Amino acid sequence: MVRFENVGLRYGLGPEILRDLSFLIPAHSFQFLTGPSGAGKTSLLRLLFLSLRPTRGLVTLFGNDVSLLGKDDIADLRKRIGIVLQDFRLLDHMTTYENVALPFRVMGREEASYRKEVIDLLKWVGLGERMDALPPILSGGEKQRAAIARAVISRPQLLLADEPTGNVDPTLGRRLLRLFIELNKSGTAVIIATHDITLMDQYDARRLVLHQGRLHIYE
Amino acid sequence: MTRGGWCCIRDGCIFMSRTPDQHGPLVDLGHERPQVPARARNLSPIVPRASIAGRALVAVVAIMTFLASITTGTVLLVRASAAEWQSEVGSEITIQVRPVAGRDLERDVAAVTEAMRAQSGIVEVRPFTKAESAKLLEPWLGSGLALDDLPVPRVIVARVQPGTALDLAALRTKVTQAAPTASVDDHRAWIERMRSMTGATVFAGIGILALVIIATIISVSFATRGAMAANRPIVEVLHFVGAGDRYIANRFFRHFLRLGLQGGVIGGGIAMLLFGFSESIAAWFSGTPVGDQFAALLGTFSLRPSGYLALAAQAVLIAGITAWASRRTLFATLDDID
Repeated sequence: MVRFENVGLRYGLGPEILRDLSFLIPAHSFQFLTGPSGAGKTSLLRLLFLSLRPTRGLVTLFGNDVSLLGKDDIADLRKRIGIVLQDFRLLDHMTTYENVALPFRVMGREEASYRKEVIDLLKWVGLGERMDALPPILSGGEKQRAAIARAVISRPQLLLADEPTGNVDPTLGRRLLRLFIELNKSGTAVIIATHDITLMDQYDARRLVLHQGRLHIYE
Repeated sequence: MTRGGWCCIRDGCIFMSRTPDQHGPLVDLGHERPQVPARARNLSPIVPRASIAGRALVAVVAIMTFLASITTGTVLLVRASAAEWQSEVGSEITIQVRPVAGRDLERDVAAVTEAMRAQSGIVEVRPFTKAESAKLLEPWLGSGLALDDLPVPRVIVARVQPGTALDLAALRTKVTQAAPTASVDDHRAWIERMRSMTGATVFAGIGILALVIIATIISVSFATRGAMAANRPIVEVLHFVGAGDRYIANRFFRHFLRLGLQGGVIGGGIAMLLFGFSESIAAWFSGTPVGDQFAALLGTFSLRPSGYLALAAQAVLIAGITAWASRRTLFATLDDID
């Protein structure tokens, strides 16, 4: 599904922050991406999400060489990827329901065809009573759950999550991890970037450890 | 892969169903299962209207459309009046018979009149009487003039049948034979001057229109850029959920097209009302020197129905330019954001 071959990344003329990354993310796989702060986890997620281009090396995503992709191709591929960012990126003028339903809206689907799915997922992540609330009045944990719901609602083939349990209590953290595991069982490849050792210990999965710009893989 | 509903609550549990035969409970919600009425609906626009400097842009487009409409309307009025004037002047020939010692002026005038009447293509010949000639000179020499004391030439006006091409050289010869002191003026110099003036007016009007359109494009581009900068987080989120540039640009484009149309309707509408009332306005000023000058230059000061159509088309054109300029800027800004 995803293949990196000798990939390097630098910002501008600065030092290379990711070096010689070579790995494979198979379909239906589950992995944690971890490493110290500043190791480049978020940059690697951005490379995977096609919001950054590698400075060198080859990245293949869903069988496509990303260096050859046009803007429309990238938009199409992104529809197959869900992403949860640390800063949530919810739209403040839209309700929680509207934020979670946004991927379907962008796809041009009729609301009647997805409304129940959105409501059910919101209830399940504990936002059933906050569906009509605007993000500015949500707590950090609620925003995080809404962001996760938005990322998974369209059942992406690849899910990227950057510290998805960083703002929630351990119980909800476990619940969200189970959501990711179930999503993975139904066929989605999952990459969770996290510092949370406790979270990683709850599920036996492959670990990708970034250290000083290099990647070490523990199967 | 089947893309049917994957998540449903059944007996207090979440089920995942990627394909119809892959069902299984995800999490038992138990007593936590929320019982809330599902009121949620997609009601908000993807691009919040309030975040775009709408009023300022509508005002700019309205002012630009108003100026463009006034310019176009004035150009149309001048052109129509000039054409009318040209056809009036062009359909007349003036013959001047100068008094010289040893010749009877009255007899020369009668001879030229007869010669003109015999000419084919001339429908009417009218020699001005002494009194009428005095009237013509009144603005310069005052009233109570005794023409006998002055060597004032006499004027004969001949009306040409519309569409007739007169042989002016032959006519001149004929007139000179009848009265050697007579000269023929077909007003060609006047018509040339009129043409130059009309051309200059139209040229100036087109120049002003071009400036107005350029100013509109620049204003709209700035407004679009500002709106995109204010909505950058929205653009980024739309990219995250897989929206292409065309989808995002269309969301903004509709908004700017609506603003452009609003501005166009307001500016064009006010200009049309102004031209609609222009006859009344001209009537208020009639009798004053300014009013008379305007009446001489612009005729009745009323726009024809085709003129109103031109103004309406121009308002739509400016709205279209607004939308086009915003779309162009949108794609450029989306490239920057990428």
